[in-house]
Amino acid sequence: MKTGIGPGIVEGQTVVREIHHNSQRQVNKGRIRWTPILLSGYLLAARPVFGNPEDPLQMPNMFKPQSTPAHSIFDLSLFVLAICAVIFVIVFSLLAYSVIKFRRRADDDGREPPPVYGSNQIELAWTVIPALIVLVLFLATARVIHAIQQARKPPEAIDVIAIGHQFWWEFRYPAFGVVTANELHVPTSDPSHPTPTFITLLSADTDHSFWVPRLAGKTDLIPNRVNHMWIDPNETGIFVGQCAQYCGTQHAKMLLRVYVDSPDQFKQWVQQQAKPAQVSESAKEGRRIFETTACINCHSVSGTVADGRFGPDLTHLMSRDTIASGAATNNSENLRMWIHNPDAIKPGSLMPAMNLDRRDLDALTAYLETLR
Amino acid sequence: MASESIALTTAHDVPQPIGTILHDWVVTVDHKKLGILYILYALVFLVIGGIEATIMRIQLIVPHNHFVSPQVFNRMFTMHGTTMIFFVAMPILFGFGNYLIPLMIGARDMAFPRLNAWSFWLTAFGGLLLYFSFIGGNGLYGAGNAPDVGWFAYAPLTATAFSPGHSTDFWTLGLLVSGFGSIGTAVNILATIVCLRCPGMTISKMPLLVWLNLVMAGMVLLAISPLTAAQMMLSLDRFLGAHFFDTLAGGSAVMWMHFFWIFGHPEVYVLVIPAFAFASEIIPVFSRKPIFGYPVMVAATVCIGFVGFSVWAHHMFTVGMSSYANSFFTITTMVIGVPTGIKIFNWIATMWGGKIILKTPMLFCIAFLFQFLIAGLTGIMLSAAPFDWQLGNSYFVVAHFHYVIVGGILFTLFGAFYYWFPKMSGRMYNETLGKWHFWLFFIGFHLTFDFMHVPGLLGMPRRIYTYEPGRGWDIWNLICTIGVFFQIAGTLGFIGNLLWSYFNGKAAGNDPWDAWTLEWSTSSPPLEYNFAKIPVVKSRRPLWDIKHPEDPDWNYE
Repeated sequence: MKTGIGPGIVEGQTVVREIHHNSQRQVNKGRIRWTPILLSGYLLAARPVFGNPEDPLQMPNMFKPQSTPAHSIFDLSLFVLAICAVIFVIVFSLLAYSVIKFRRRADDDGREPPPVYGSNQIELAWTVIPALIVLVLFLATARVIHAIQQARKPPEAIDVIAIGHQFWWEFRYPAFGVVTANELHVPTSDPSHPTPTFITLLSADTDHSFWVPRLAGKTDLIPNRVNHMWIDPNETGIFVGQCAQYCGTQHAKMLLRVYVDSPDQFKQWVQQQAKPAQVSESAKEGRRIFETTACINCHSVSGTVADGRFGPDLTHLMSRDTIASGAATNNSENLRMWIHNPDAIKPGSLMPAMNLDRRDLDALTAYLETLR
Repeated sequence: MASESIALTTAHDVPQPIGTILHDWVVTVDHKKLGILYILYALVFLVIGGIEATIMRIQLIVPHNHFVSPQVFNRMFTMHGTTMIFFVAMPILFGFGNYLIPLMIGARDMAFPRLNAWSFWLTAFGGLLLYFSFIGGNGLYGAGNAPDVGWFAYAPLTATAFSPGHSTDFWTLGLLVSGFGSIGTAVNILATIVCLRCPGMTISKMPLLVWLNLVMAGMVLLAISPLTAAQMMLSLDRFLGAHFFDTLAGGSAVMWMHFFWIFGHPEVYVLVIPAFAFASEIIPVFSRKPIFGYPVMVAATVCIGFVGFSVWAHHMFTVGMSSYANSFFTITTMVIGVPTGIKIFNWIATMWGGKIILKTPMLFCIAFLFQFLIAGLTGIMLSAAPFDWQLGNSYFVVAHFHYVIVGGILFTLFGAFYYWFPKMSGRMYNETLGKWHFWLFFIGFHLTFDFMHVPGLLGMPRRIYTYEPGRGWDIWNLICTIGVFFQIAGTLGFIGNLLWSYFNGKAAGNDPWDAWTLEWSTSSPPLEYNFAKIPVVKSRRPLWDIKHPEDPDWNYE
């Protein structure tokens, strides 16, 4: 077990840095260089927080809900926050007043202040009033609990089975015969004719938690247990989240993306995903390598002999924007790196380094790139 | 001071060879020496746990940082949490309890001095066993190191399939061993308080610190037992192929959560009630008024003690319980806010109309009131199950419970250190250095933990060794990490103050604070037998009665 940073990983880190540098706006350049970071990087990084966000979709902000469960929680949270704010102002004022007013002065005469041992009336007041507040808070909360957990499932609802794996997400659409990974596609739901998505949550190994803050609160995926949640996003877009229950070494890079499509786009996506893999002649050599090495122990490509279940289904790999559960952008450079040395992108992931020579690596990458 | 009626003892030092002194400390059964051993032991682990926290904060200072590997980071948060709860907070509070309870009830020692020593050494070796994992965790197949399963070690991550090697076994056995130590101390505290009170000290005349430790000890007995059972089941799973939590063989992951949290939540009250106890002693003395509403304070504590056992599954709102279970644990959790609120109101009422002396112990207690108020309010937010579905397991929760444990417990502990240091060492601490400690730590605490709430609201889960840029989390993590360095500076001031004052401080005398409880009637530090003559008390403030014979407390109680 690696306890520190070995030479292999250092090399890998350089590559990961380049990946991010090339692919998207990037504030951090890896190694800590204090002065430039403090002067420039953080001013840039801070900007989205203080308004004018460059890409608001990338911020999984629970206060910008886009789906009914997240909306109900948002409304409840405002109510709870308001009550807490009032309590804070009152109690803090009492505390601050007593510290300032009753502090011992420089000209103190040294006499003891009059002792007060208590007062039943006052005690009763500050028992009953908080108890009433608690009652109100509880009733408001219980309503939201029941509204979310006991929501009726309309017949038009989409069913998805989400299975947590160390450290990626498997999504199955039993009604459509579609299997995909890490990027969940769901249709928008029109309030007048709702088509919510009901997600059944399972785990293949350890505990995980499905959390996309703008769509719903989190629900755990626990082995030997079936959990449920639902979302009904009303606008298209990409909503990010990630695993929220510690599940092992790479818990941090078990990222999650939900693509909310228009009903037409969703229909198209389903049709495309339901097809078996279209393998072109040009990638024959890569396909041979894929099907004769350990790749097929874990990965499936429908329509071929590859039917492993430990790793993500690769039938339509190139239809996804990211690989390694969102840890890197899906391009040929990263794909190649991922096959060559997964630890460079996601140290501790369960994908083994395939130890292929350069020629085989190129051929295999070329084959994977045909899986559209 | 004039208290001939209670005690007449003077410290007399006879120089002894260092070997004899060390031998005395190892074989001692004196509650004061064991108390100090507990405290020193916990301080060592406080520094270690602090270093682990610092490593994590440096790793998170920027997104995609490479200060440590994910494996090391996961070990750091596991060891930080386990260390701080089991080998810092509990021993340090037991240490103060051990030291103070016999002195406050006018007894010469704890009820079972040998059990006391046995409990301390079990706890001590439990900690050493846990830390030996850095070397010895490398068990079967060369896998493992220090444990990396998180401090609540959810199944099935602890199963041999996911945690090969012996890292998890060191965690399990370390806690099992120290758990027996905790049970021993709890039994001892209960027996001492029930049996050894001096003449006149009825249970309604005990100092609040003693009352609160009584409740704490009762809770330890009830809370540690399920943890011990769970650790044994886990060991059976790992060594003998049992299937309690082994989901691959049909075991239940959720059962572990129930076992752990029915220990884990009462544990929070086990830690915070002694902190309340310190505040309940320090605030009256530094406001120059008796505690407001003593019977209500006792009742509120007992109420917390009971209700505290019915809230555990609020740690499990996201595991898919029924809506009725979620509602039940919402209401019990909210209800516990009522007695806690009562306590805050009573402390403020104690200060109201007093003459507040803003010395270091009181500064820490006032900051505690302020911070515990916020911690309670964020607790109310988390108790609303749907809100928790968003906030649970995020950095908001991390900020919340550090507000309780650092802002509440550690602040009162620092206050307690300064308040009783003169009694334990016989010397006054340095007030200037104490104020520096307070302000540095106060600023550091708020930089770190105020701003830590924000990334949680923006969707940052806890226990991640790195994060993506562009999610709005970066600046907040940077500020949190900067705060850590203020806290380190403050803590160095604290340790420096203890060391400097131990050798150079002014002589404290028996009663430097003009206080009212029995420990201030004997010498500083007290001799082995505490009191030359067992005191007799008539009220909750026996020294007040002696100092003010014209207006004693027993006229009003």
